[in-house]
Amino acid sequence: MKLNKVLKGLFVALPVLTLAACSSTSSTDQSGADTSGVQETVQVETVEQVVSPAEQMRQKLEALRQENTIYFDFDKATVRPEFVETLQAHGAFLSANPSVRVTIEGHTDERGTPEYNIALGERRAMSVVQYLQNLGVSAGQISTVSYGEEKPADTSRTEAGFAKNRRAVLVY
Amino acid sequence: MLKFIRTTVLFFAVLLTAKANASLEIVITEGIDSARPVAILPFTFKGATLPSQRLDEVIAADLMRSGKFSPLASIKFPQRPPSAAQIDYAAWSREGVEAIVIGQVTEVGIDRYTVSFELIDVLKGSNAASRQSLNAGRLTTGGHILDSRETTISGSQFRQYGHRISDIVYEKLTGERGAFLTKIAYVLVNRQLEFPYQLVVADYDGFNEQILLRSKEPLMSPSWSPDGTKLAYVTFEKRQSQIYIQDIYSGRRTMLSSTPGINGAPVWSPDGRRLAMVLSKDGNTEIYIMEVATKALTRVTNHRAIDTEPAWSPDGKELLFTSERGGNPQLYSVNLLTGTTRRLTFEGEMNLAGSYTPDGNSVVMVNRTRGQYHIAKMDRQTRFLQVLTKTNLDESPSVAPNGSMIIYSTMHGNAQVLALVSMDGRFKARLPAVEGQVKSPAWSPFL
Repeated sequence: MKLNKVLKGLFVALPVLTLAACSSTSSTDQSGADTSGVQETVQVETVEQVVSPAEQMRQKLEALRQENTIYFDFDKATVRPEFVETLQAHGAFLSANPSVRVTIEGHTDERGTPEYNIALGERRAMSVVQYLQNLGVSAGQISTVSYGEEKPADTSRTEAGFAKNRRAVLVY
Repeated sequence: MLKFIRTTVLFFAVLLTAKANASLEIVITEGIDSARPVAILPFTFKGATLPSQRLDEVIAADLMRSGKFSPLASIKFPQRPPSAAQIDYAAWSREGVEAIVIGQVTEVGIDRYTVSFELIDVLKGSNAASRQSLNAGRLTTGGHILDSRETTISGSQFRQYGHRISDIVYEKLTGERGAFLTKIAYVLVNRQLEFPYQLVVADYDGFNEQILLRSKEPLMSPSWSPDGTKLAYVTFEKRQSQIYIQDIYSGRRTMLSSTPGINGAPVWSPDGRRLAMVLSKDGNTEIYIMEVATKALTRVTNHRAIDTEPAWSPDGKELLFTSERGGNPQLYSVNLLTGTTRRLTFEGEMNLAGSYTPDGNSVVMVNRTRGQYHIAKMDRQTRFLQVLTKTNLDESPSVAPNGSMIIYSTMHGNAQVLALVSMDGRFKARLPAVEGQVKSPAWSPFL
């Protein structure tokens, strides 16, 4: 799905980007400019830069941050099938990078009471935690916080707005 | 890290530097027709420096807002008697007025005023007046003066003393203690501000707003200590929920609970020694009781379903709570001595945020029926459930300490505002916010 495309795209694009960035500096020495016909005396060449592991991780994180929200049905905390791939990408990254920590924020829409919604938001966060742990992510890497209805992403109080607020967000 | 938290999250408002924003201005939406007519006469003034606040305005607004009285508009006054002796009872009786408040303010020194008033029963007064004429002009006090008081106050105490007079009038005329000298705590959210979340305390009528805490992260669930000096609340200032107690006069804060997961819904026990709260540290969302002095915890519920929103019975022997154990959220009660748990509500898709009325006879809650969230009341004996409101997305009901009114949060247009409904559902009023969303109101105990 989208996230994987973004990731793949990055892996392909990155070396090209770095190459392009480098090649822009591989210009001829212009010290004796505008003397047409004079032969170039030097030519500068570059070595393609290797993307360091730290840089790779940063790029992946960047991509994961683009797709870090899981939406839920009203009064439900079950992960919908369309978000499985997203969670798998996060799970694979976290398993591969045990030093990375993530906070799962649970949120609800504004219907119901604030206290009940704190509990519901927690349940949503926990169902994401469960999913990540099943993918082999260690419990020590994950923390949760439920904001209930206190931090809506959309304050319109329409059905569409409510749907955007019923979410869990993976924050690195 | 500590510095980061310190600089980003908190800024203490210096107490008592508050300005009365009057962001709560009342709009009566329903039920004034059933109220009893009374007249609050302007207090006569003797002195040089007129006080900035008129007592009659404070008293009339209080009595009207109670939903039980309808103060006569001053243009309808048949006369302006300078003292009780000059009252033309027949004229007031013709206006249907039951009772009159008449008083004087005398400047007695620099910023010192002596206030005296009398509460007069018009019917008894007119009887006394007719007896007076029969007795050839000799005054007979036929019990028509229901109360009279005299006190000396400073210029800044006028609003407060006005509420005091309202309390006396209300109690004399209804037999029930007035709750006009009380306060409300609430959370004000204004996303335009650098510190969007504010914990605010105001007089029950919205005047004298004082910000107790400003935060960049959510604040929730203020709850008054029974002595009215402290608030317990939930803060997310450390990017996790924590329960704090704050002394409203000194500003001193004490962190009570900061366990992994939820730290929520703190509610003071009637004796003030314990707090019921919700924690998820043991895996599920459960209710616990903490001894405030020792922070010792006792677990009350143990169920894999959500258990939340604890509320104490007035005698402190029971907790009411919301549980999903029956499939959807409903109200349950647990006897703290025996552990016996009973389901209380069966009507509606959900019943949440229950609390006992001060007499313990009814339970006030948020009822969801056909997707609509309204405030409802259930009689504990008959289990009769009455939906009290017609507003939208109602939540966080809090009962006045005399049991006469419920303050709650609701939607008006696209703004979250506070609203009032009388316990019988007949009188309704809205307290619109000027800016931002007002939520989680908590009515103080008698102060």
